[in-house]
Amino acid sequence: MSNSQYNILSSRFDRTDGHKLPVYEADGGYKALKMVLSSMQPAEVRDTVKESGLRGRGGAGFPTGVKWGFVPPDADEVYFFVNADESEPGTFKDRYLLDYDPHGTIEGTIISCFAVGDRLAFIYIRGEFGWLIDRVQAAVDEAYAAGYLGKNILGSGYDLEMIVHKGAGAYICGEETGLINSVEGRKGQPRIKPPFPAVAGFLNKPTIVNNVESVASVPWIINNGPEAYKKFGTEKSCGTKLFSVSGPVKKPGVYEIPLGLPFREFFHDWLGGMVDGEELKAVIVGGSSVPVLPAAEVMNVNLDYESLANAGTMLGSGGMIIIPESCDMVELIQVLMHFYYDESCGQCTPCREGTGWLHKLVKKLRGGEGTAGDLDLLEHVCQGMAGLTICPLSDAAVMPMRSFIDKFRPEFEALIQETAPVAGSSRWPRGEQE
Amino acid sequence: MSENSCNLSPDALARIDALIERYPTRASALMPCIWVIMDEVGHVPPAGVDLLTEKLAISPARVHEVLSFYTMFRTEPQARYTLQVCHNISCHIMGARTVIAHLEKRLGIRLGETTPDDMFALEGVECLGACGMGPCLQLGKHLYEHLTPEKVDGILESLRKGVVPRADTDRLAAGGGE
Ligand SMILES: Cc1cc2nc3c(=O)[nH]c(=O)nc-3n(C[C@H](O)[C@H](O)[C@H](O)COP(=O)(O)O)c2cc1C
Ligand code: SF4
Ligand code: FES
Repeated sequence: MSNSQYNILSSRFDRTDGHKLPVYEADGGYKALKMVLSSMQPAEVRDTVKESGLRGRGGAGFPTGVKWGFVPPDADEVYFFVNADESEPGTFKDRYLLDYDPHGTIEGTIISCFAVGDRLAFIYIRGEFGWLIDRVQAAVDEAYAAGYLGKNILGSGYDLEMIVHKGAGAYICGEETGLINSVEGRKGQPRIKPPFPAVAGFLNKPTIVNNVESVASVPWIINNGPEAYKKFGTEKSCGTKLFSVSGPVKKPGVYEIPLGLPFREFFHDWLGGMVDGEELKAVIVGGSSVPVLPAAEVMNVNLDYESLANAGTMLGSGGMIIIPESCDMVELIQVLMHFYYDESCGQCTPCREGTGWLHKLVKKLRGGEGTAGDLDLLEHVCQGMAGLTICPLSDAAVMPMRSFIDKFRPEFEALIQETAPVAGSSRWPRGEQE
Repeated sequence: MSENSCNLSPDALARIDALIERYPTRASALMPCIWVIMDEVGHVPPAGVDLLTEKLAISPARVHEVLSFYTMFRTEPQARYTLQVCHNISCHIMGARTVIAHLEKRLGIRLGETTPDDMFALEGVECLGACGMGPCLQLGKHLYEHLTPEKVDGILESLRKGVVPRADTDRLAAGGGE
């Protein structure tokens, strides 16, 4: 299961019964927590994580220790949420962490909560992971029984409760303020920022939301020190990152790589290249919301935040989608636009209407009814959506839409008819229409 | 409103009370309380809405709003087996359409429909977080990965006999390791 020679996050993916507490402890588990509670102040923990250069692994890449520092020092109540909503198409890494090593995330969460002064933590797991939720709950129960959770943890005087919260099917609950509203027992609609959650979040109290992978990195950083963590990766993209790879490569799966690894090397040496009979056409490196790179461009990038930004895309969640030559790019973007249209929470007009327009226009092209001006209209709709909304879901639809047209324009142009056929004479076979 | 009008077992009612204790505010226990009813009844009937309104001290509108926002919450009885096939990008690339077409043919219904005997419902759903193992489908807590028409036939055959076949994620239920 483990595909990597790096072992900050994935060393236990192969471990027999690695999800069980005695096995985790035998592997050195909860050592970092013991050290923190017996000999460190919260500020020291925050500084250690800040020095390590760890950046949020949920998509935006914001430095974790810096975010923790935004909690007002005099806050009487603080809340901590572990974001295990994992709904970005192409992403399936957090489920590996929670499946094969749930105590790694739990230990990281306890340390993180101590660092920000939180007494009640939630692990928000998407509802579709029903099979995983029982697993995580069992691990949380073990941690309570062993005295790692609850009152006066390990005799330190520090109290922490932990609730495993089950989502119910909504991509937008992965957005941190949507997630907070969801746990308040509301629709998972994002909130206007500022105020940022670190200042006023859950029940209007300071709240930190971190991705599973971010908190799972914390015990290793405590055990080995920030300098050791920075030995992996590049100057600005420190440490290792999980990539979940899907599509027709020889070895799809979850990989832990040092940031900065050249894509070319990852593709050929780690993934084994394409399955026989397929050619590489394009890659979406960081989950469905980031711009696509054609094969020729992706072969020159390194897998770190800066190199990918320079290439016009983003590292995102590390959900890498491999697209073969045999795929029709217009068909793929239709699938994605249907997704964003479906998942828009509907609060902002540009997003609610815009995602619908993008989906309808692409559908129209594929239905053989494309007319001159449709590509301009698509761009016009994108202009009305980007950067204008409460949360970035609107941009998350625009980025793939624009990049697909930009990089694969001839495929779109081929669908524009000189004279449009009569409406209704759809070229779609039955069963394909969305 | 009597608590029994929703026909919840004493155990489920006790779990709802425990959740209300555990969550920091009454209203914040809404989603997990809905899950208790979903798990026991299969959907949230009107009497369930009344129960939640009363227990959590929130308006019926708030309960309805939440029930309708989340796709996994249902207010109508469901088919015996709801097959949810991922039709998002990675599964699409790996052949989800073939799997869906096969299911439509075998069940004699289109995506979004239910068989007349209420045995099967077929739904297209968004990414299930199993992209590297696609195409995949979910049936309750069971996730079936690497689907082919043959594997689909095996699953349907077993379900027709009333047996939920072992899923790729079922090792977890047994508490097993790899
Ligand atoms: C539409 C949308 C969906 C998101 N989905 C997720 C998700 O599934 N998991 C996640 O960790 N972050 C997700 N995020 C990012 C969160 O808002 C937030 O930035 C992140 O959880 C912070 O954790 P980090 O700093 O550790 O990365 C999403 C953001 C948006 C706008
Ligand atoms: S941008 Fe879209 S998803 Fe985000 S808050 Fe606005 S309508 Fe909702
Ligand atoms: S795209 Fe199908 S599980 Fe992610």
